[in-house]
Amino acid sequence: MSERHAVQMRGITKRYPRALANDRVDLDVEEGEIHAIVGENGAGKSTIMKVLYGLTPPDGGEILLWGRELSGHRPADAIREGVGMVHQHFMLVDTLTVAENVVLGAEPVRGCCLFDAAASRERVRQLSSEYGLSLDPDELIENLSVGLEQRVEIVKVLYRGAKILILDEPTGVLTPQEVRELFVILRALRDAGRTIIFITHKLEEVLELADRITVMRDGRVAGVVSAAATTKEELARIMVGRDVLLRVTKEQARLGEPVLQVSRLSAVGRKGSHVLEGIDLEVRSGEVLGVAGVQGNGQTELVEVITGLRKASAGSVTVSGRETTNRSPRQVRDLGVAHIPEDRQARGLVLGFTMAENLVLGRHHREPFSSRGLLSLGDIRTHAERLIEEHDLRPRDPDVDAGHLSGGNQQKLIVAREFDGGPALLVASQPTRGVDIGAIEFVHTSLLKMRDQGAAILLISAELTEIMTLSDRIAVMYGGKIVAEFEGGRVGEEELGVAMTGGAGPTARGSVSSDGAPGSRHATGAR
Amino acid sequence: MNRFARLSQLLSPLVAVAAAFLVGGLVVTAIGENPFRIYAILFRGAFGSIDAIGLVLFNAVPLIFAGLAVAFAFRAGLFNIGGEGQLYVGAFVCTLAGLALGGLPAVLLIPLLILASAAGGAVWAAVPGLLKARFGVHEVINTIMMNFIAVGLTSYFIINMLREPGQMTPQTSEIALAGHLPRLAGPLSRIGIPLPQANPLNFSLVLALAAVWLAWYILYRTNLGYEIRAVGMNSQAAEYAGINVRRTIVLAMLLSGAFAGLVATNEVMGFRHRFLDNFSSGLGFMGIAVALLGKNTPLGVLLAALLFGVLNTGALEVDIFTDVPRELILVLQAITIILVVVGNEVFARRAAAREGRAAGVPLPATEPSREA
Repeated sequence: MSERHAVQMRGITKRYPRALANDRVDLDVEEGEIHAIVGENGAGKSTIMKVLYGLTPPDGGEILLWGRELSGHRPADAIREGVGMVHQHFMLVDTLTVAENVVLGAEPVRGCCLFDAAASRERVRQLSSEYGLSLDPDELIENLSVGLEQRVEIVKVLYRGAKILILDEPTGVLTPQEVRELFVILRALRDAGRTIIFITHKLEEVLELADRITVMRDGRVAGVVSAAATTKEELARIMVGRDVLLRVTKEQARLGEPVLQVSRLSAVGRKGSHVLEGIDLEVRSGEVLGVAGVQGNGQTELVEVITGLRKASAGSVTVSGRETTNRSPRQVRDLGVAHIPEDRQARGLVLGFTMAENLVLGRHHREPFSSRGLLSLGDIRTHAERLIEEHDLRPRDPDVDAGHLSGGNQQKLIVAREFDGGPALLVASQPTRGVDIGAIEFVHTSLLKMRDQGAAILLISAELTEIMTLSDRIAVMYGGKIVAEFEGGRVGEEELGVAMTGGAGPTARGSVSSDGAPGSRHATGAR
Repeated sequence: MNRFARLSQLLSPLVAVAAAFLVGGLVVTAIGENPFRIYAILFRGAFGSIDAIGLVLFNAVPLIFAGLAVAFAFRAGLFNIGGEGQLYVGAFVCTLAGLALGGLPAVLLIPLLILASAAGGAVWAAVPGLLKARFGVHEVINTIMMNFIAVGLTSYFIINMLREPGQMTPQTSEIALAGHLPRLAGPLSRIGIPLPQANPLNFSLVLALAAVWLAWYILYRTNLGYEIRAVGMNSQAAEYAGINVRRTIVLAMLLSGAFAGLVATNEVMGFRHRFLDNFSSGLGFMGIAVALLGKNTPLGVLLAALLFGVLNTGALEVDIFTDVPRELILVLQAITIILVVVGNEVFARRAAAREGRAAGVPLPATEPSREA
C-alpha cells in the first residue's frame, strides 16, 4: 500500500438549517486502499461523499486530491481529477445496451459526428475483462440482474477514467453471492492501483473488505481504525456511542393455534405470468416464520395477497380460521392483521399527514378514533402522545408531518402503530431495511416480544442474519414458489444462500422444485 | 419544525400578488398610462362605496363555489377542470326544478333548489369520477369533455325547447318567485348598512361562507375527509390502510361537483332567476385560478375569491374612466397565478435544499437517512 494520500479532506463543515451534517470532518484516504466509511443514518457519511464528489459545496474546509487542492466544487471538477461515484440507485437506461449506457454522455466519435459503436463495445469489453466483470457489451440493461447492473455502473465510472471510486451502500440490493463477487471485483480494482471509498452500515462487510475504516457519528469523525485491528462490537460501539446488542437472544417458541394458513396460493402478475405458484404456509400463534429469498421472487406479492392488496388467482388464505382470500385490505385488517410494509414511504406513511394522523392510519375508521363518521381528534392525539412516549419517537410532537421525520423514526412510527392493539398476525416485510443499528435492536426485540405474547409473525427479509436470528422456521422463496423449508437455528447462511438461488436444499415438504423461475429477473442473473 | 414551510405557504401568495401589481404597473406604463392613477381608480371602483363593496362580494360568491370545487377535488389528488360544465348542469337542474315546482312555498322550494343545484353538479362530476375509479382514465380529459357536453346540451335545450316565449334572448322564463334567494340589501340596511336596493348581493353569500366552512369541516373533521386527504397524498398508503380508494375518488368528485353546482344559487336563484345561455363565461375556469392562489385550502379559496372579486369589480371602473382596457385585469390575474405557481416551486425547492435534498425527488426507501 502506498503512503501517498489520494484524498485528504480537512475540516469539512456542512451546515443544514436543522443540523450540522459535517462538523470539521477530516478524512484521509491512501492511494490504493479500500477505505470504508461507516455510520448510522444521519451520521454525515453521504454528505461528506457528496462534498467530495462536488454535489454539495461545503461551508468550510479544504479538499486535496493527491496533495493538490481541488479547484471548484462541481461534479465535473471532481470527475476531471479522477473521482467517480457509483450511486446507490442506478442511473441506467433500460432500453439501451451495456456499451451504450457506459459511454452515454462521453461517446466515442467517428469522423465529425458519428457515434462509434464498435469502439464503445471494444472499450467496454476491455474494461470488463481487465477486472473480471463478465459483461456482454451488447446485452440490454433490462435483461440484467441487479448485480450486473451495478457492474455496468462501475464500468461507467472506470470508462471516465476514475482513479478514486466512491460506492454508496453498494451491497443493499445484492444477494450474498453477488456481494461476494462484488468484493472480488473491488479487490481486483484495488490491486490494480485504484482507490476505493465504500460507504455502508453493514459491519460484517466492512471487516471483510476494508483496509481502513472511518467511523462517523453525529456529523463528526468518531474514530479511524484499521480493519485488521478491530471487531464488530468495537465498531458498533464507536458508531452508536454505547454498547449494542448485535444479536438478540430468544427463548424457545411456545406454539399455539395456527393463525395464518395459506394453501395452494397462486397469483398472476401484470404480464400474465405466475408470480406466486402453489404456496403453502402456516404460521402459528407464538411463532416467527421467516421467508428468505432474493428480492423479486414473489415475497412482495405473497405479502400483498395475504394483506388483501393483491388478488389471488387460486388457493386460499385464512386468518384465525376465517377465510380472507381476496377480501379487501380493510376486512383483513379488521381481523387483527398488522402489516409493516416493505416500502414505508410508498405504503406505510402519508408523508403529508402529521404523526398523529399517521399513527391511526388503518384504524382511523374505528372507535375510539372516529364515531359516526366524525374524527375524534382528542383520542387521536392522546393515542399519538402515548405511542410517541412508549416508543420514544422523535420529535416528540404529534403535529409534525411524518415527512419531517428521520428514516429511522419513520420506521419506528410504523412499528409503533402496527404493534399497537395486539394483532393476531403481524406481517413484517423488511422491517429493518435502512434502519440504524440501535433501531434494529429495538425492532428485533419488539418482534420477539410480540411473538412471546402470542402473536403469529410472518417475517420477510432480504437480510439473512435477520431471518436466522429471529425465525423459528425458515421458508425460502424462489421463482414464486417455496423451494425449501428449514428449522430455525439448524441451517447455515451458505445453505440458505444456495436455496435462495434455486439450488436444491433439504425440504420439510419433500418436494424440491428448482425448475422454472417464471419472470424472476433477479434470480436469472445470479450465476 | 416546519415553520419555514408554513410561513412560506402563507407569504408566497401575498408576495405574488404584490409582484403581479408591480408587473401590471409596468404594463400600464408601457401603454402610456400612469399606473398609480389606474390602480387608484381600480381600488376606488372596488371600495369606493357600500354599493361597490357589495358588488365585490357578489362577484366573489360564484368564484368561492367554483374555487372550492377545484380545491376539494385537489385534496383527493384529482384535478377537476370541469367546474364550468358542472355549474351549467347545476344551474340547469335548478332552473328546471324552479320552473316545475312553482306551487311550493319558499321554505320548501329554496332548500329544494339548493339541493338541485348541488345534485346537478355532483352528477356531472361523478361521471369522470367513475371513469377514473373504474378504468383509471385521467379526470382532466374527461372533465374537459364533460364541459363541452354540458355547454352544448344546455344551450340546445334553452334555445330549442325552453326558451322564454316571445323572446329573442336565449334564456328560460323566470323560475317561481318562491325560489328566489332574497337580496341582502333589505336585511343589511335594517342593521345600518345602507346597501342600495339595486345591489345584486344576495343570500348566496351566506351559502358560500357556509360552503367554505363545510369543505373545511369535511376535510379535517370527518372520516371521509381523512380518507380523501390520504388518497390525495398517497393512494398506495391509503390502500394499504384499508381505504377504498375508488369509492373515495368518486365521493370526492361528487362533492367537488356539488360545490361547483352551487354557483347556481347565486346566478339563478339570487340574481337572474332564470337560465341565460352561456351565462357563466368561464366562472368554472376562474375557479382553478382561485384554488391555485388559495393554495387549495377552503380559507385560501375565500380570500383568493375576494381578491378576484375586487379586481373584477374595479376593472369595470377602469374600463369606463380610462383608456386602459379592462383586459388589463385579466393580465394582472394571470400574472398573479403564474407568480404563485412559480413561487410555490421556488419555495418548495428552497425548503428542500434547506433539508439537504433535491427538490421534487422523493426520498428513496432504501436510504431513509436525510443526512442532515
